[in-house]
Amino acid sequence: MAEFCMPSLGADMKEGILVKWKVEPGDQVKRGDIISEVETQKGIIEIEVFTDGTIEQILVHPGEKVPVGTVLATIRVPGEEAKAPREERPPEPTFKYKFCMISAQHKEGPAKRPPEPTPVTTAGKRLKISPSARKLAAELAVNLSTVQGTGQGNAITRADIERAAEAQNAAAPLAPVKPEAGMRQAIATAMARSNREIPHYYLATHIDMSNTMRWLASENKKRSIKERILPVVPLIKATALALGKVPELNGFWIDDRLQLQEAVHVGFAISLRQGGLVAPAIHHADLKSLPELMEALHDLITRTRGGRLRSSELTDATITVTCLGDLGVETVYGVIYPPQVALVGFGKIMEQPWAENGMLGIRPVLTTSLAADHRATDGHRGAQFLEALNQYLQKPEEL
Amino acid sequence: MSKNEMIQITYREAVREAIREALRRDERVFLLGEDVGRYGGCFAVSKGLLEEFGPERIIDTPLSESGFTGAGIGAALGGMRPIVEIMTVNFSLLAADQIINNAATFLHMSGGCFNVPLVIRMSTGGGKQLAAQHSHSLEGWYAHIPGIKVLTPATLEDARGMLWSALEDPDPVLIFEHQSLLNMEGQLPANAGAVDIDRAQIRRPGSDLSVITYGASLFKALEAAEILAGEGIEVEVIDLRTLRPLDDATFLTSIASTHRALIVDEGWRSGGISAEICARIMEGAFYELDAPVERICGAEVPMPYAKHLEEAAMPQVEAIVTTAKRMVRSNG
Amino acid sequence: MKEELIRETIFRVLRPITPEADFDELAPDENMQEVLDIDSFDVLNFFIQLYEELGVEIPEEDYGEIITLNDLIGYLAIRIE
Repeated sequence: MAEFCMPSLGADMKEGILVKWKVEPGDQVKRGDIISEVETQKGIIEIEVFTDGTIEQILVHPGEKVPVGTVLATIRVPGEEAKAPREERPPEPTFKYKFCMISAQHKEGPAKRPPEPTPVTTAGKRLKISPSARKLAAELAVNLSTVQGTGQGNAITRADIERAAEAQNAAAPLAPVKPEAGMRQAIATAMARSNREIPHYYLATHIDMSNTMRWLASENKKRSIKERILPVVPLIKATALALGKVPELNGFWIDDRLQLQEAVHVGFAISLRQGGLVAPAIHHADLKSLPELMEALHDLITRTRGGRLRSSELTDATITVTCLGDLGVETVYGVIYPPQVALVGFGKIMEQPWAENGMLGIRPVLTTSLAADHRATDGHRGAQFLEALNQYLQKPEEL
Repeated sequence: MSKNEMIQITYREAVREAIREALRRDERVFLLGEDVGRYGGCFAVSKGLLEEFGPERIIDTPLSESGFTGAGIGAALGGMRPIVEIMTVNFSLLAADQIINNAATFLHMSGGCFNVPLVIRMSTGGGKQLAAQHSHSLEGWYAHIPGIKVLTPATLEDARGMLWSALEDPDPVLIFEHQSLLNMEGQLPANAGAVDIDRAQIRRPGSDLSVITYGASLFKALEAAEILAGEGIEVEVIDLRTLRPLDDATFLTSIASTHRALIVDEGWRSGGISAEICARIMEGAFYELDAPVERICGAEVPMPYAKHLEEAAMPQVEAIVTTAKRMVRSNG
Repeated sequence: MKEELIRETIFRVLRPITPEADFDELAPDENMQEVLDIDSFDVLNFFIQLYEELGVEIPEEDYGEIITLNDLIGYLAIRIE
């Protein structure tokens, strides 16, 4: 029996509302099928199933809000007998989600990020908080990681939680009516965690884009307007390939160690018009051709802005790419999206004086930056990554 | 005598009135103990009763706690309703075998055939410079023993009303009268009578901290609460009244609203009733606590004779005030 | 008249891309991409839609000529049959 659980769609997600089932008990499902929709702070997400089998029982019904890890449905795997129905809504989701992690990870394919538990610890240190304050914090949805304790030995007390809740409410008074406020909160949580926990180091370099731009212009000339490739596409591809040379930047920092990921799923930061940002994954970016990548990017941006992302896209990214060049930004100083360990930032491709072989010329120049987790890699490897990226962009025809 | 008429009365007189009422109402009741008759009681509680009720009901005994407590047990088994007076809780240790091995066990060992409807009154506590062999607070020890009830009347109302309820109880009941309360004087309704003996009472409501106490410490806690109220800290003062069976529902409910608990107990800290209360709070109200439970207990020494040392060995108002402030306004 | 039609088409095509924009506020000589806050992906989509509506395919090398609303209207006007 496999269990289909409320997934953690990002480090900041604690619960989700089941919006819709696309299957019924008795339906056959294949790994990768979209079988339900879940509403999160990032909008409505289509949830894929990670096992083949037959839907046995649906345990959570549309409209219900449940914590990450709650079993939503059970799936009978091939060769298994039908079992007596189990009780609805198992009361101990924490135990269940451990099981979900295991069942999600023993399948081959993209490794799943384990769901984030409520942070009872900060950077491995146990929070000093009174039992009553902890209970109150849960009731008022106060994020404990931001609360300063004033009790004995600086323990967090009820009064501290009450103050924090007031501050939270004052900071986001429109939270219940504006969905983007939820996203803002989600970003705030993830980025605050990143800045608190990840020792970032930053490297930047100028890359001569003459070859890429020249090649791209001639390629696009051959193509209809609908098939045109944007400059960001070779950048994504070059990033994905460069990760093959420096794989330590492609993975997650979990349980105090680097967990390398074999597949390269590039999270691409997409800003939303109503504010906020999502960085869904382009799966296997290293294996896609440029036209395939352009198509994938087009599809991803359209669905992101239309609020139709899939669960795997929200959880699978192994590195993030941010492009801010459209707005004239020269250099990006990125904040890593935990538990990833690197973020590659691209600025504006602009014409610059460029000295080479004793000659001065005008070249399209791109400032590329790397923000990386110093726990996972050192500057030396980061530099090798940027150089590999540069080399790939000098031979765009091979991308 | 009108219903609402109040009389001025001391704790000592309230206990005497309770004994007098019991002797009048039930002919099976009699009082026995050292010096209860001609001397009028070591603490003058039974003064005048011998003259009023005669030597068959007010019985002076030899200095033999085990003997006369055993006699009380025998009389209770035989259908009487004896009130045994033991001078202090320290001396009750001479009768511990009778109390613990006999009175507390007979109902159990007779397969439920023999109740022991005995009441033992004794003084407890310090503050009167009676030194280490007359001043200890061992009521918490007795609260350890299944088969008996342990009452600690602190107010005039309880001093007046607990005895009758204890006599009505079919099993042995120990009543601990604090030495320092005997001269306490106040108003009591002239028609005051029996009170329940199984519930704690909130003597002062408050929202910031639950102070759990009993006996003479109750008044120190109330005095501290008054001082603290002047500083904006509202203390809820709970008088346990009965240490066995312990009414934990009352203090657990209180803690659910104040989220902080301070136990004030003149008895020693190690293994005392304060430790038991603390354990019950952990079992029943852990998730309500906003600060660690604290205790103010008697110093772990034999009670000193010298006045300043005796005071230092007992919980005092100042310590309650200081501790309460720290618990409520802690910062670092 | 022709230019008025082009303007209407432009705004109709832009509407789903910038649902919140107030086109009355868009001055004819302002940098469209900046004022409307649209990225290169949006621009490409916009030009694809214009191509489908008006049949004019804007090559990449002409992007530099098209900065303002007036630029765009002018560019399209001479190329529409």
